[in-house]
Amino acid sequence: MEDFIDKLPQMDLMRSEKMTLVQLIIPVESSHRCITYLGELGLLQFRDLNADKSPFQRTFANQVKRCGEMSRKLRFFKDQIDKAGLRCSPRHELEPDFELGHLERQLADHEHEVLEMNSNSEKLRQTYNELLEFKIVLQNASGFLVSSNAHAIGDETELHESTYSNNGFIESSSLLEQEMRPEPLNQSGLRFISGIINKDKLLRFERMLFRATRGNMLFNQTPSDEEIMDPLTSEMVEKIVFVVFFSGEQARTKILKICEAFGANCYPVPEDTTKQRQLTREVLSRLSDLEATLDAGTRHRNNALSSVGYSLTKWITMVRREKAVYDTLNMLNFDVTKKCLVGEGWCPTFAKTQIHEVLQRATFDSNSQVGVIFHVMQAVESPPTYFRTNKLTNAFQEIIDAYGVARYQEANPAVYSVVTYPFLFAVMFGDWGHGLCLLLGALYLLARERKLSTQKLGSFMEMLFGGRYVIFLMALFSIYCGLIYNEFFSVPFHIFGSSAYKCRDTTCSDAYTVGLIKYRDPYPFGVDPSWRGSRTELPYLNSLKMKMSILLGISQMNLGLILSFFNARFFGSSLDIKYQFIPQMIFLNSLFGYLSLLIIIKWCTGSQADLYHVMIYMFLSPTEELGENELFWGQRPLQIVLLLMAFIAVPWMLFPKPFALRKIHMERFQGRTYGVLVTSEVDLDVEEPDSARAHGHQEEDFNFSEIFVHQLIHSIEFVLGSVSNTASYLRLWALSLAHSELSTVFYEKVLLLAWGYENILIRLIGVAVFAFATAFILLMMETLSAFLHALRLHWVEFMGKFFHGDGYKFKPFSFALISDDDE
Amino acid sequence: MYGFEALTFNIHGGYLEAIVRGHRAGLLTTADYNNLCQCENLDDIKMHLSATKYGSYLQNEPSPLHTTTIVEKCTLKLVDDYKHMLCQATEPMSTFLEYIRYGHMIDNVVLIVTGTLHERDVQELIEKCHPLGMFDSIATLAVAQNMRELYRLVLVDTPLAPYFSECLTSEDLDDMNIEIMRNTLYKAYLEDFYKFCQKLGGATSEIMSDLLAFEADRRAVNITINSIGTELTREDRKKLYSNFGLLYPYGHEELAICEDIDQVRGVMEKYPPYQAIFSKMSYGESQMLDKAFYEEEVRRLCLAFEQQILRSLILTMVVTNWVLQFHYAVFFAYMRLREQEIRNLMWISECVAQNQKSRIHDSVVYMF
Repeated sequence: MEDFIDKLPQMDLMRSEKMTLVQLIIPVESSHRCITYLGELGLLQFRDLNADKSPFQRTFANQVKRCGEMSRKLRFFKDQIDKAGLRCSPRHELEPDFELGHLERQLADHEHEVLEMNSNSEKLRQTYNELLEFKIVLQNASGFLVSSNAHAIGDETELHESTYSNNGFIESSSLLEQEMRPEPLNQSGLRFISGIINKDKLLRFERMLFRATRGNMLFNQTPSDEEIMDPLTSEMVEKIVFVVFFSGEQARTKILKICEAFGANCYPVPEDTTKQRQLTREVLSRLSDLEATLDAGTRHRNNALSSVGYSLTKWITMVRREKAVYDTLNMLNFDVTKKCLVGEGWCPTFAKTQIHEVLQRATFDSNSQVGVIFHVMQAVESPPTYFRTNKLTNAFQEIIDAYGVARYQEANPAVYSVVTYPFLFAVMFGDWGHGLCLLLGALYLLARERKLSTQKLGSFMEMLFGGRYVIFLMALFSIYCGLIYNEFFSVPFHIFGSSAYKCRDTTCSDAYTVGLIKYRDPYPFGVDPSWRGSRTELPYLNSLKMKMSILLGISQMNLGLILSFFNARFFGSSLDIKYQFIPQMIFLNSLFGYLSLLIIIKWCTGSQADLYHVMIYMFLSPTEELGENELFWGQRPLQIVLLLMAFIAVPWMLFPKPFALRKIHMERFQGRTYGVLVTSEVDLDVEEPDSARAHGHQEEDFNFSEIFVHQLIHSIEFVLGSVSNTASYLRLWALSLAHSELSTVFYEKVLLLAWGYENILIRLIGVAVFAFATAFILLMMETLSAFLHALRLHWVEFMGKFFHGDGYKFKPFSFALISDDDE
Repeated sequence: MYGFEALTFNIHGGYLEAIVRGHRAGLLTTADYNNLCQCENLDDIKMHLSATKYGSYLQNEPSPLHTTTIVEKCTLKLVDDYKHMLCQATEPMSTFLEYIRYGHMIDNVVLIVTGTLHERDVQELIEKCHPLGMFDSIATLAVAQNMRELYRLVLVDTPLAPYFSECLTSEDLDDMNIEIMRNTLYKAYLEDFYKFCQKLGGATSEIMSDLLAFEADRRAVNITINSIGTELTREDRKKLYSNFGLLYPYGHEELAICEDIDQVRGVMEKYPPYQAIFSKMSYGESQMLDKAFYEEEVRRLCLAFEQQILRSLILTMVVTNWVLQFHYAVFFAYMRLREQEIRNLMWISECVAQNQKSRIHDSVVYMF
């Protein structure tokens, strides 16, 4: 037996990779290159040896800061490029990897350039905006003025155009001040201020004006036709042109102050129409000038930005890598001489040679005199868990990891889940029509795998895509189960020959009341199609599915128990085998294993025995005669034996283990009283900078009552659990039943009913409702619910038997893994 | 209402309370401050803060940092938190949250009015205003010449309007007037807030009246100390004290006639909660008073989170476990604690920037 187990072939996924704690002593001159190469390899997880230091006290804090600064600049460029609406495809040319310092200088230059251009164009933009606003005010305000001037004596607000035109356009930004100049008094005492204001501020502005002047003013407004770009947010805002008529010098200062407070720009408008026209012309010509300048500026800036954009992605990844390298370097310790860096980390045992090669290459490439010292250390703490997965097994491993990361080298349920998971799903979702739909979906995802894997998907699609192989397998299995159940959207098909049953007469009227007659050999595969809708359909299918669920459940739970045996064997704890595995096996199989045996015998012999009765009276009166429920000879004594075994198994799994543990502990403790002194001296001699040692020696506090209570809970859980878990597997039956009934309802009560009408419209509606219900309720909701139930069966009923799941994942330092997580 | 808040509070307040307690967990701890105090320059501070909740606010700042940038960004974070909570809040919590910012509004009004008096640029002044106390027409404040105009033009639209009823004069604004106006407004504000909290009832009123009473008493002491040696009459001084708090009414009588700091001290030491504050200081000293008050405030604010009701002991014994949550004071406490934290950060960054690291501990108030 032992030999047989030892000779079993190795399964890669069964146990996590063997890990080794290694120490690296890297000379300072080659450290950066070493870490970079290790990052490319991605098979070493560094331990933080400076956990007590804050980030800026670490050795390479400066470099990390520089990288942070560079990535800030890169984000700035990215932002600018996005704002400018440029799309630069990265140019794939192999530039030599430049140094950090070089890149830093280059980035600073670029940033300076872009910032300068931005500020220039901002100034221009501001001038442009003011001119544009002036133009709008001129165009719109003149309307009010003409009407109001009909009776006023014109030509009061004189504009000093000579100063205005001499100013040149840069200085015209001081337009605001222009109308601060004293204006000659209107004869009627009526004067005006014209300007432009944001639309959302208009109401408050008007109210404020009214209050400030105590209503002694006239407010005219008109919306401008053009929208003006807000230079800060570069959004288009709607503005309103206004003209306020008022009288008096005090009111004037007040109004100006209010304008200023509301950010309303005031522009002087001459009342004389000829002057107006002249001014408009002037403004227009300057506007067109400015527009050309602005355009040129934007083109120039876009050129500069796109030249940055070509290598932006490359730079971003480069800076990100550099930052990761320095972050990792910060985890290393300086040794006493300050010439070497000391690092510790976990690596899979198989990767040792690879790491060794990489380190040698790094030493060689950096022309270092001294090589990197790489050696294995003794580990006290438990190593991380690392499974090498492929595209198919990855999703299943994820499902298991969602429950808990396996303890180091513990049996991995993901191996079995690859088959059992889709299978249990399919038992609940057995319909080959729906299965085909799922399969099409999965095949679509698989066919476009290469394209989709590079894209960024939404969270929902991401989930679907991540589980594409799970869906694919689920679809295949549900086609298989669907063929067994003979379900295709609840329509029976004669695929494997014709039915074994026929009606009693030609009208077939009593098929659903009395039943059918069997006239030939049984249907070769799956459920006979003629049973659909017949009197015996539900009783037969229910009994079949219920029994099948129990059989599947018992076998899966047994598998779990057997895995716990392999775990115990692997970790060398014979206690667990003797006092946990064996009594558990006996308990489960003497009761529910026996039930499974009865089910199989009943199926084979076609007996009429009532299994409920057998099982219940096995407990209530085990010595009584079975009568017509006897399935085989010697059933009664066997039942008594099994019952006794089950009763013995309970104390067996409860009491011996805690006492045995206590005995072992006492022995160890007695031996140790002499050992402690010796080891402490040895510890002093061995100079090993092993930080693990510091927090390694956990003093095993042996608390008997705690262990006993734990064992008690565990045993009770198992005993009660074996009943409830078996019952829990009946969900396979329940969901399968629900699925087939639902699809029957949709098929018969929607599709067939609608098809019964001659009206094309009703038929169309019927088809639409059927398609909708099939897609959303059966294909989405039912898939989800079956998926979740399968998940529960695995997590609780199966993995609860053996899986500890208290490990931690192997997170190697790898460039491939540091993609977007810091964005 | 005692104990029954637990039944209904979470319908409207549960989500926000969870949020605010989450925010509280993001406040800097003593360990953080210790690390910050060891920083060599502002970039180090930025680096340390990048690991905290402020990280995303500071990460896009170009490298030669200034203290103002740090403070500005940290305040932005506070404002964002506040706005988020305000958006989610329903009555009466939204009113409660609004009340929290009125204090800043008063400060901003005073800042702008004083600034215009000294002929500063309005835009410049507005940049200095606390963003929590901003309201729409704040810039228009500069137009007003006297209080009546101030009220009629601008403030009548703001929630501060009712508080103005006591200080409407047509006198021209000057420094003294403005300071009196500030304190009158504050008095009215605190009393109104106090009344509002009383109306809310339950644990909120219990804790908030404790916190607000402390605030009122602190202001009373500050007013007294600041008005010593000015032309403010005793009657006027007494008018500025809020009409509630531990000192009301007898303490106010005594404070009103104080002529120097030692007399103030004599008055305050009669009140056990304040005895500890004053006993820390040597005679004649008033510099450390601010810090002592801040420390006491922080202690009380933290209690609002941990929540032990000091007064109604019998009631709390019955329902302690239930009133551990379910009150609004946590929001007030969180805002105040964040503000204190920003003050701390400002002090630390100033000390670091000016190479005065020995003075860092003078003004930092540790929280947890």
